[in-house]
Amino acid sequence: MDYATLLQILDSTIRLAVPLLLACLAGLYSERSGIFDIGLEGKMLMAAMCTGAVAALSGSVWVGLLAGIAGSVIFAAIHGIASITFRGNQLISGVALNFVASGITVLIAQSLFRQGGRTPPLSGDARFNPITLPFAESLSGVPVIGPLYSEVISGHGALVYIAFLAVPVTWWVLYRTRFGLRLRAVGENPASVDTAGISVIRLRYAAVIITGILCGLAGAYMAAGLQAGFGKEMTAGRGYIALAALIFAKWRPWYALMATLLFGFFQALALRPDVIKNTMGFDVPVPALDALPYILTVIVLAGFVGRAIPPRAGGEPYVKER
Amino acid sequence: MTRLPRWADVVLVPLISLLLAGIISALVILAIGQSPREALSTMVTGSVGSAYAWGYTLYYATSFMFTGLAVTVAFHGSLFNIGGEGQAQLGGLGVALVCLALPWPHWTLALPVAMVAGALFGAAWAALPAYLQARRGSHIVITTIMFNYIGAALIIYLLVNVLRPAGQMDPATARFPAGAALPTLHDLPILNLIFDKKIPANVTLFVALFACWLVWLLLWRTRLGYEIRAFGKSEPAALYAGISPFKVTMLAMLVSGALAGLMSINNVMGESGRLLQNSSEGAGFIGIAVALMGRNHPIGVFLAAILFGMLYQGGAEIGLWTSIPIELRTVVQGLVILFTGALDHMVRMMLGVFFRPRRTEVA
Amino acid sequence: MTGGNASGRQETAAPFAIELRGISKAFGPVQANKDISIQVAKGSIHGIIGENGAGKSTLMSILYGFYKADAGEVLINGQPTAIPDSQAAIRAGIGMVFQHFKLVQNFSVLENVILGAEDGALLRPSLAKARKVLAELAEEYELEVEPDAVIEELSVGHQQRVEILKALYRHADILILDEPTGVLTPAEADHLFRILRNLKEQGKTVILITHKLREIMEITDTVSVMRRGEMTATVRTAGTSPEELAELMVGRKVLLHVPKEEAKPGRTVLEVKDLRVRDDDGVERLKGIDLTIRAGEILGIAGVAGNGQTELLEVLGGIADGTGSIVLNGESLDLTGKFSDGQSRRRQGISHVPEDRQHLGMIMDFTAWENTAFGYHHDPAYQKNRWLMDNDAILEDTKGKMERFDVRPPIPTLQAKSFSGGNQQKIILAREIERNPDLLLVGQPTRGVDIGAIEFIHKRIVELRDAGKAVLLVSVELDEIMSLSDRIAVMFDGRIMGERDPRTTNERELGLLMAGVSGEAAA
Repeated sequence: MDYATLLQILDSTIRLAVPLLLACLAGLYSERSGIFDIGLEGKMLMAAMCTGAVAALSGSVWVGLLAGIAGSVIFAAIHGIASITFRGNQLISGVALNFVASGITVLIAQSLFRQGGRTPPLSGDARFNPITLPFAESLSGVPVIGPLYSEVISGHGALVYIAFLAVPVTWWVLYRTRFGLRLRAVGENPASVDTAGISVIRLRYAAVIITGILCGLAGAYMAAGLQAGFGKEMTAGRGYIALAALIFAKWRPWYALMATLLFGFFQALALRPDVIKNTMGFDVPVPALDALPYILTVIVLAGFVGRAIPPRAGGEPYVKER
Repeated sequence: MTRLPRWADVVLVPLISLLLAGIISALVILAIGQSPREALSTMVTGSVGSAYAWGYTLYYATSFMFTGLAVTVAFHGSLFNIGGEGQAQLGGLGVALVCLALPWPHWTLALPVAMVAGALFGAAWAALPAYLQARRGSHIVITTIMFNYIGAALIIYLLVNVLRPAGQMDPATARFPAGAALPTLHDLPILNLIFDKKIPANVTLFVALFACWLVWLLLWRTRLGYEIRAFGKSEPAALYAGISPFKVTMLAMLVSGALAGLMSINNVMGESGRLLQNSSEGAGFIGIAVALMGRNHPIGVFLAAILFGMLYQGGAEIGLWTSIPIELRTVVQGLVILFTGALDHMVRMMLGVFFRPRRTEVA
Repeated sequence: MTGGNASGRQETAAPFAIELRGISKAFGPVQANKDISIQVAKGSIHGIIGENGAGKSTLMSILYGFYKADAGEVLINGQPTAIPDSQAAIRAGIGMVFQHFKLVQNFSVLENVILGAEDGALLRPSLAKARKVLAELAEEYELEVEPDAVIEELSVGHQQRVEILKALYRHADILILDEPTGVLTPAEADHLFRILRNLKEQGKTVILITHKLREIMEITDTVSVMRRGEMTATVRTAGTSPEELAELMVGRKVLLHVPKEEAKPGRTVLEVKDLRVRDDDGVERLKGIDLTIRAGEILGIAGVAGNGQTELLEVLGGIADGTGSIVLNGESLDLTGKFSDGQSRRRQGISHVPEDRQHLGMIMDFTAWENTAFGYHHDPAYQKNRWLMDNDAILEDTKGKMERFDVRPPIPTLQAKSFSGGNQQKIILAREIERNPDLLLVGQPTRGVDIGAIEFIHKRIVELRDAGKAVLLVSVELDEIMSLSDRIAVMFDGRIMGERDPRTTNERELGLLMAGVSGEAAA
């Protein structure tokens, strides 16, 4: 494999990792607060459709982004109502909302555009345009580092940089702020938060809404960054891969970055089976690469690579003790 | 919270949930500028309006009975098996291998062997998640989701690279021999007086009904069922009673996986006559809705499976004859799961208003 | 009554730190608190005593804003104060140490202390301030605890100190402790009492909720007695006696002695040697237990909760694995592997009435008849054929058992959770005792059980002994141990500290053993 091919693969790794990363961080907020969320997939899908539709109608990707976030937050709020207010089964709620999202996105897109459940192709300002980072042009001549900077690191849409920025920000929020302390506490032992006079319900809703916003970004990137428009089931299980990455990362932000980059790398490789054949000398079936993130997650879950201990109060609705 | 009388909990809660799901679906249909009334009438006519329609409804219902029972058995052991989809697809692989292995002379010979293979393959696909849950405490919901994807990838690989006959383009196995084809209800004497056209509902329906009865026996009349239910209610208590958590987790999941795998005699053997990609078409997931709606009881599962058969078939008709996309049925399915499985407390609270008990004053 | 003249309250120099007037609270049909009034003077320690379920915890939860009272008012320092939530309670200067600590296990002490009392959006300044305050509080009240230690690595006693520190960090003037010594060793309890006295000297008001008379007598200035949701009396501690309090608690003279014949011990039924058990974290909980029980005797195990009694029952009952040897009727039992489970133990003649009735002893969602088969669902008498159970046979059997053990209501198809604690216990006892076991394990047989049922249960245990069976009784109630046992073994820190004869020993001697003071030193 030559350097140029490597750069191509790294470039697509980043692009493919971004939706995973945003969704993974989204899940991190929710699950750290004690609300399991297997509905990341549905929220992403909803956001992708809203972004695709509104960007196509308005011609502005930013308006589309807001719509995407709104769509995702609505679903997050329903999950919140079911699992926080009515203390329902969080897993079932997540599964249910994934189905609703899968169906309703097509219904809406079809009724708006009548293009077989898709939104019209986006172009120009209706997509996230690449941002050329400073000195990308001038440094491109520098050997090794130059192309890496100008081709892999520079030239992505705004959401890519936001996604990577979200990692340190999440770390900082989680471990350095009052909100983060309370968020971690409510996911471990909600009674400790409640007796300290802080509302468990409000905290958890805040977390769930943040999850909605980040899933909104992830979905918007799918529709207006990675691709140009919404198509049926376009998230293709990314919400579940993000969930897998979250477990792989043991619910920690920096590890989430590494896990999603790894899974993004697998996805990038799956797009270029020829590269594997050339470098490794044998054929790796594409389905095997597709399944790799899931297999790795099962191995992590099995505790063979360090134990993944979820937040202790995760999945349990909070009921005051007598 | 007000405690509801048992009959209200068993009958009213699912019905109200269904009603709520229906109302919201109607609002969705209105919102996209279509007529809910037209949708409903198309759905009802298309799913139960004729023997032909019933032939499809019952075909889908057969699949859903299996997957619904699969979820039910695991649920009683406090195990949420979301892996029905993968287990059903792997079951399909088992059925296909059996059907292709021999030039079967008659379906009565092929069916029992195919059932065993389907059940075994389905159970095998549930075995590892079950083992990881029982021995390593890995959350079964996550592992079964992962196994759905791993299973789908495995099937695609096998269909593309191994099982596809030379010269065939689409990723599927060869067609099964004629002797491995199951008779439809149209092919059976007496029943063909009712079902006078070619329909997909086949003898698997009777297997499914038998399975409903067997699962009822298993859960409420056998020691294993007793142990599964006890373990599902309280693991420490089960340990106290000398019930092995490992054994119960494994057996409950194996039975669950086997039931999901058995579904494939309906779709793979009874209908398509070869193994296709994504053969289960979401039936594994619908099993969740069916089990929730059916209150995790085989009779409930039977009724809910018929209901979802109607929904599935009716939804297809809506997609065909109206301008409402077929995906409407996914929305309804999701809403039913949401109301019966996650918002059930809300529904009970709503109903509780009508069942407020008289306050007994303590002197 | 404190003061004795409610009308003259305004004349006293300082108002009461806390005063409750006519507090009532019902949960559905259950009246948990009924017209409760208490006055607690500033700088005093006030005890609230009552049996389990008397309404003590509900009352305190109202005071801490967890529940809203149906009627009545709360006055803090003479001012009527509404306490709609915990935040309001904290603002009013109330701090609460719950029976089950409300700590985040994987947080440091500092993080736990500032949680909810942070000074700003960023943590750093709050943590620095808390570190300083904690050092001061440690000095002032003997509340030393390592600020950077993670909670799950601290002993229970230290975790409790963190709870107290949390309250003091929030400037609590009134500290409520709910059953604080239940999980403490006697030494830790003594330290706690020293802390409480220090707090009192600094002008803080302490409310101590307990069901242990000894603690009330030792540390409180005044005491209120609760019974079935009502306040039966408030008295000065110095002017009362344990006997009087006990009578006020249960509403009549307590029968502290169970009438029973002299034991006639026969052959050795159980012989345990060097029994050791490790928990899931690898910590040794039983550190080499030796004991024997003969037919026709009751061996009582006394001790503070958490000193290995639970593990002893679990390993004998086949719930937990262990090492060492257990010999029953001359046959060695497996301590690990396939035959170290509840089924094997039952077959070998051990019945087990577990300490935790609701989580171990029965399935609350199962019916009474289903619970009667619990653990015995393999019994041939309960099977119709090789494959199917005979539910009708179980139902019939349950009817008989309910009648013989006076379970009310005698309806086998009712769910277990619909019965009262005492009746649940009777269902379990009927199931276990009627198996006619060689060895009966009984843990906390009368916890949360009403007085009427206690006598019945004690009588049945003694009857089994008189029928020539061996009984191992574990209880944290010393009275129960003293009155039922033929021999008493005291457990401390996973070991047996010594054995005593109930006819010749006394509470003081047992108390020393329970505190880990060895036999020789105690004698």
